[in-house]
Amino acid sequence: MRKFVLILLMVITVSVANFAYAGTTKLADPSGTSTGNVNDITAVTPGKPTQSEIADQVGHNKVAINMVWVLVTGFLVMFMQAGFALVETGLTRAKNANHTMAMNFMVYALGMIGFFISGFAIMFGGIGSLGTLGGFGGLSHEFAINLFGHTFGLFGTTGFFLSGGTYDVAVFALFLFEMVFMDTTATIPTGSMAERWKFSSFAIYGIIVGGLIYPIFGNWVWGGGWLSQLGSMFGLGHGVVDFAGSAVVHMTGGVLALVGAIMIGPRVGKYNKNGTPNAIPGHNIPLAIVGCFILAFGWFGFNSGSSLAGGDLRISVVAVNTMIASATGAFASMIYMWWFKTKKPDPTMMMNGMLAGLVAITAPCAFVNVLSAALIGLVAGVLVIEASFFFERKLKIDDPVGAISVHGVNGAWGVLSLGLFADGSYGNGWNGVKGTVTGLFYGDASQFFAQLIGVITNIIYVAAIGWVVFKIIGFFTHGMRVKVDAELGGLDVPEMGIEGYSGVKMDKNSETPLAR
Amino acid sequence: MKKIEAIIRTSKFEEVKDALRQVGIDFFSYSDVTGVGNEIRKGELSYRGTVYDTSYIPRQLLTIVVRDINAKKTVDAILKTARTGVIGDGKIFVSSIEESYRIRTGEEGDDSLYNK
Repeated sequence: MRKFVLILLMVITVSVANFAYAGTTKLADPSGTSTGNVNDITAVTPGKPTQSEIADQVGHNKVAINMVWVLVTGFLVMFMQAGFALVETGLTRAKNANHTMAMNFMVYALGMIGFFISGFAIMFGGIGSLGTLGGFGGLSHEFAINLFGHTFGLFGTTGFFLSGGTYDVAVFALFLFEMVFMDTTATIPTGSMAERWKFSSFAIYGIIVGGLIYPIFGNWVWGGGWLSQLGSMFGLGHGVVDFAGSAVVHMTGGVLALVGAIMIGPRVGKYNKNGTPNAIPGHNIPLAIVGCFILAFGWFGFNSGSSLAGGDLRISVVAVNTMIASATGAFASMIYMWWFKTKKPDPTMMMNGMLAGLVAITAPCAFVNVLSAALIGLVAGVLVIEASFFFERKLKIDDPVGAISVHGVNGAWGVLSLGLFADGSYGNGWNGVKGTVTGLFYGDASQFFAQLIGVITNIIYVAAIGWVVFKIIGFFTHGMRVKVDAELGGLDVPEMGIEGYSGVKMDKNSETPLAR
Repeated sequence: MKKIEAIIRTSKFEEVKDALRQVGIDFFSYSDVTGVGNEIRKGELSYRGTVYDTSYIPRQLLTIVVRDINAKKTVDAILKTARTGVIGDGKIFVSSIEESYRIRTGEEGDDSLYNK
């Protein structure tokens, strides 16, 4: 009986509310056709704006669309941190789950602190005018040296702590967007060095990568530094062109991951005495696959957002190129493992293939047509498998999640592929060079050389500074690597104080294969 | 009273359980066990391109305590249903139980067993 009374009351409430709304439909606009009209334009005389007031409003709206786009895509990229956390934790062992997850979590905060303190200033302190975001020109100090009669920009010097004349809406939008990009780089080495990295060592790294390592190379390509000037100074295409960061973001992370993995050494039990590798299966493939999906989702922000302009309608091409390359990358990896390698469509390799396709298309996504994008993804899917076999079996470098192959190798492939496949339909005036960005296959070989210089520079610079930084960190934390006992029993308790899966029984020793 | 311990293939568990129920054996405990033996899962597992073998063999361990008169039909039921003829079908061990008590009522011996 009480239930019927309650239902009756609900019906009455809804009916009354509906009736009440029905009385006010004159002002409401359910179809949306008459909302937004001349009355919404800011004017001294409401409803009668002057021409210059209309022009102001149009300009304001243009920048507003761009800023909303930059912020929202930035939020998408921030979510990729969750993807990285799940992929890396899923592909490693249960006994280290808390440690791996904690690194992926804290890298967000630590990297951001570094980027806030000095990273942003070094990277963008000399970029000059922020074109799509209103043209603010306060970030105008680039430290440069003169060589051969040319000026080589090395790093910016305005905007430390986001202060010193940078209290500006455009600067803050740019900071948010570029900060989440930096965190993508920062979190890549946590994968290749997972399951054996001292947390103290990692914590110092987190601040330095955001405050120093990433921003310097970033400045050279994106902040007006010397790699971006190769075109205007030496006529090499448009200088190094990297739309969303195959080199700036992924290759930097990948090379750091490589240097770190070499310096920290393989996990206990990874290699037998004769050098053959043992499989160390990840403990949660479903988690890793969800993480891969989150990354693919965030990548729409990563690539399309890099236009820094919602009003640049090329973003639809960018987004479709991105998704096509991710599909062909995953497909190529699946088929390659299935038909030519283990005769199984290895799920973790399919994931790596999709991520490889995404990494590779990151630089060229705005400059190539969709068939090139498909091809770039296909190559990436095969390349990631061959590279991971090469690093694992030939060079004996233990990379639990394939970070080096996905981000390093395919980052390089992505930057080079731009120099090959850019079809000259976009990028007019890029880096201050007239004309559109055109690759080798479409008639501009010099663009490919510029890309090649970018790749070589990245490897040399990142490897060198990575080695020095890891050495210094190792000195302060008595080595970067945990003790063998901690590695066998799992890092969760010795490093973090609590299990990732408290109350769950697990055979921790059997998670480490016996090296024979 | 006899204790019958049977190690059987995990894939045969449902069939064995059914057969035991049909001969009136409704109560027993079981657990997942892992063993090492002649059987090696060769080439079955692959992870990130590394094909590897494992000697860990998953099996199910049934522990059934029955009255002496029921021992034979229990064993027969398991023998009949758990067999595939391929190496690795498992083992049955029968041993004598000296005493048995039902905790709730304090009953002893045969009376304390569920399987009548």
